[in-house]
Amino acid sequence: MSTAVPSAPVEHAHQTSTGLSNAKIAMWAFLGSDCMLFGGLISTFLLLRAKDVVAGPEVKDLYDIPFTSVSSFMLVMSSLTMVLAVSAMRRRDGQRARIWLVATALLGALFVAGQVYEFTVFYEEGFGFTTNLQSSAFYVLTGFHGVHVAIGILMLLSLASMSRSDELGVSPPETVEIAGLYWHFVDVVWIVIFTVVYLIR
Amino acid sequence: MSETAVAESTHTTRSGHDEPSDRAYVGIAILLAVITFAEIGTYYAEEQLGSFLVPVLLVGMAFKFFVVVGWFMHLRFDSNLFTRLFVAGLVLAVVIYLVMLATFEYF
Repeated sequence: MSTAVPSAPVEHAHQTSTGLSNAKIAMWAFLGSDCMLFGGLISTFLLLRAKDVVAGPEVKDLYDIPFTSVSSFMLVMSSLTMVLAVSAMRRRDGQRARIWLVATALLGALFVAGQVYEFTVFYEEGFGFTTNLQSSAFYVLTGFHGVHVAIGILMLLSLASMSRSDELGVSPPETVEIAGLYWHFVDVVWIVIFTVVYLIR
Repeated sequence: MSETAVAESTHTTRSGHDEPSDRAYVGIAILLAVITFAEIGTYYAEEQLGSFLVPVLLVGMAFKFFVVVGWFMHLRFDSNLFTRLFVAGLVLAVVIYLVMLATFEYF
């Protein structure tokens, strides 16, 4: 078993022309571009919400704010567990990092389950995907976010599994940190959606 | 010196600042939770807040956004290039979609 101790900072496993991790640059560029995606979806929803509904209920009459608040709280807390996973991985404490990664995935899964429940209730109230323009915009926006969360969960569980078998590449802390960037971004997008879509009606 | 201690001691950022400790992260999370509860509280006090409701919610949202991006995503402690990449996308999105909303007379 290797007991080698890294002599350089843990996040610089190899040299690049910028002196920064290429993978990290790519992730930040992706997140910047994802702002455009969610900006488009949020502004489209706002525009269509302002129009008169010709069929079916309005989404603001269906919101269950206490329920969605609990979901939002879980997602915000998942950012804490994620950052603790990154911190543990930097200390080379793989076991603790795995615990936090799985806890983050679990909180994310609870959030997605809450979203599925919310969609089901809305559908039963006659607010389907094609009921009106507002419903289409609502489901596309929140659904896209939900898909982001689901992808994040798969990422986290993969990382937890790979770290167990020591397959995280040359710099495990950086790999976990990059996944963390994605996860925190999903959280900040929800912070915006929860305020603009749910609380400001 | 243990492996853990070495890894910990070498994690100083480019700007020369040590990143927050786990305890600091918990403190930040508590702050975020308090703001989230305050935001939820506005749902029950819409009439009392009146025209202050939207500005209060937007300020809370922006604060939480920048706390998560700055501290949890380490943007505050990391290279300026990452900040530029992210802020470029964010500002572009905000400007374009504000113009779009204004064009469609949303405001």
